Amino acid sequence: MRRDQADSCPDGCGTPSDEGNGTMNLGTGTDPGTGPGADPGTDMGTGISTRTALGNRLRSVVAGLPVVAVALAELVLCTLFLTGVALLGVGLGLLLVPLLAVALRATVNVSRRTAGRWSGTRIPEPYLPAPDHEPGLKGRWQRTHWVLTDPATWRDLGWALVNPVVGAVLALLPLSLVLGGLGGMLMPAMYRPVIDANGGANWYLFVRVTDLTTAWLAAGVGLLGLLAGLAVGPWTLRAHAALARKLLAPTRTAQRMQHLTETRSEAVHSSAAELRRIERDLHDGAQARLVALGMNLGVAEQLLKKDPEAVGAILADTRKASATALTELRDLIRGIHPPVLADRGLADAVRALALDSPLEVTVNAELPGRPEAPVESAVYFAVSETLTNAAKHAAPDTVIVDLWYAEGALRGRVTDDGRGGADASRGSGIRGVQRRLAGFDGLLSVDSPDGGPTIVTMEVPCELS
Amino acid sequence: MRVVLAEDLFLLRDGLVRLLESYDFEVVAAVDNGPSLLQALVEHRPDVAVVDVRLPPTFTDEGLQAALEARRQVPGLPVLVLSQYVEQLYARELLADGSGGIGYLLKDRVFDPDQFVDAVRRVAGGGTAMDPDVVARLFAKDVHQHGAMGRLTPREREVLALMAEGRSNAAIAQRLVVTERAVIKHTSNLFAKLGLSPSDDDNRRVLAVLAYLR
Repeated sequence: MRRDQADSCPDGCGTPSDEGNGTMNLGTGTDPGTGPGADPGTDMGTGISTRTALGNRLRSVVAGLPVVAVALAELVLCTLFLTGVALLGVGLGLLLVPLLAVALRATVNVSRRTAGRWSGTRIPEPYLPAPDHEPGLKGRWQRTHWVLTDPATWRDLGWALVNPVVGAVLALLPLSLVLGGLGGMLMPAMYRPVIDANGGANWYLFVRVTDLTTAWLAAGVGLLGLLAGLAVGPWTLRAHAALARKLLAPTRTAQRMQHLTETRSEAVHSSAAELRRIERDLHDGAQARLVALGMNLGVAEQLLKKDPEAVGAILADTRKASATALTELRDLIRGIHPPVLADRGLADAVRALALDSPLEVTVNAELPGRPEAPVESAVYFAVSETLTNAAKHAAPDTVIVDLWYAEGALRGRVTDDGRGGADASRGSGIRGVQRRLAGFDGLLSVDSPDGGPTIVTMEVPCELS
Repeated sequence: MRVVLAEDLFLLRDGLVRLLESYDFEVVAAVDNGPSLLQALVEHRPDVAVVDVRLPPTFTDEGLQAALEARRQVPGLPVLVLSQYVEQLYARELLADGSGGIGYLLKDRVFDPDQFVDAVRRVAGGGTAMDPDVVARLFAKDVHQHGAMGRLTPREREVLALMAEGRSNAAIAQRLVVTERAVIKHTSNLFAKLGLSPSDDDNRRVLAVLAYLR
């Protein structure tokens, strides 16, 4: 079964009714865990590949070292950054802050990537997009302002302070357990040449090593420590990754902002493109024909006395041309806003669509009121595009269109019993519809297994009036 | 012949009044909105009403609604609906009561005054005048569904289309430049192919054809 959702919304994002955060761009493309923390221990004892599992555990133990290195780098950059901020008053900060922000972000991104690898889920960058900036001092101020007003910057700084402490403890715990454990296990070997030679007694944790027996006891405790280190390795890595996600992933507000920014810019662009198309159609169509009409009439006027018969022919042509111009205008209007939609609303407009479709279409539409005009129009064109696609590709016997309103959203479903195998990502028409619906936090998904049936579902949160 | 006219654009209303008067119609009322249309129709009971679909105050399908309501109050009242666009949905609603005297044409058809006045007269006489555009769309749909249309000859399809527009055998013969007898032959052939029972009554024939097509 193939399932394609609005491209701005990978699997796992909520429905629009879910606190209105429907189509947030969570950007959480899952990437199969390949790191040391991935799939920890589940294959231990199953006998499938004990060796790989042990390797994973060993790697998870040493994986703490680079974490500590990155944490230290973050701490240094954090200090430098704060110094830069303090130097804003003397102007030097304007130079330092943007540069240090870039360095800090790059370093924190290393933490994001590492944590993403261990937890198997990518942590997206939360930063606001860089503004267009002018050259010179003003541009520097704009960049500084951009860095300082981004909440993600301050959350990065918080992370840079927390990570060297909590992060280092979590990351180094397994390694120190393993190394300490090894130390204990060496006690029986070291007892005679080292401890005994130097005065006879030494503490290994809570064990006082005074003779060979206690040395072996220490070795036992060391072995336990080693095993514990290996056991907690993957766990501490995941705990660290969870902490990173908490502090470094975009907040819901930030995600929402990003989603709104994207859909707004799409809406603006698509409406501009639409206006250009209308302008072109009017220019090449109706306008050109009116010019021709005027010219024909001028010629007719000239010929009126000389050749009345020719005038008759010209007038007949002119009439035909005006009818063509009308037909073109009619088609153009239908593409902008279908008259039935304006007259009767969505349900009847979809019924009219069904009548015009070459397919046998049944419409079940019960709406207790009318949504706002833009929503109505977006859903109308979504259904229209779906029916067109069904007629073009699916060759169904019957199509059923359901429209209803539930849980604060206008919902639609188009089911056809055609051959299926439709792929929304290949049809530019469906992508356009998805983008248009996304402007209202709406979704359109296509479920089309090979052999059919194809079910296209859409939902747009809205109020009815 | 007494006509009630409803059209909100002054230029068009004026032009229609002049056109109709030049063909010896008597325009008893020319209104520009839905409520006055309904009032005029019920009050004057004209021989035929010529109505624009979109009228004030709502600028939606006010004219169509007024016409349908008037026909509920005055059954069989002949109404010719004019529109900038034609919709099968509206055509069905107009034809739904099956009593004839219905016209549904694009405004462009006014460009050919003879044809247009012919349509007005046909509707006034209880006949039907469907726009070729509506008929063409019905045909387009039928090709995919019944398959029976595929067995018609091109000439029979032409006859069927003209019949669906509401034209009489004589008018079809004139249009296709054939004898009326030839048209009758085509008609009975295509009725047999489509499995419709032939009818001498023009109006019942149109309704049968339209019902078949949808």
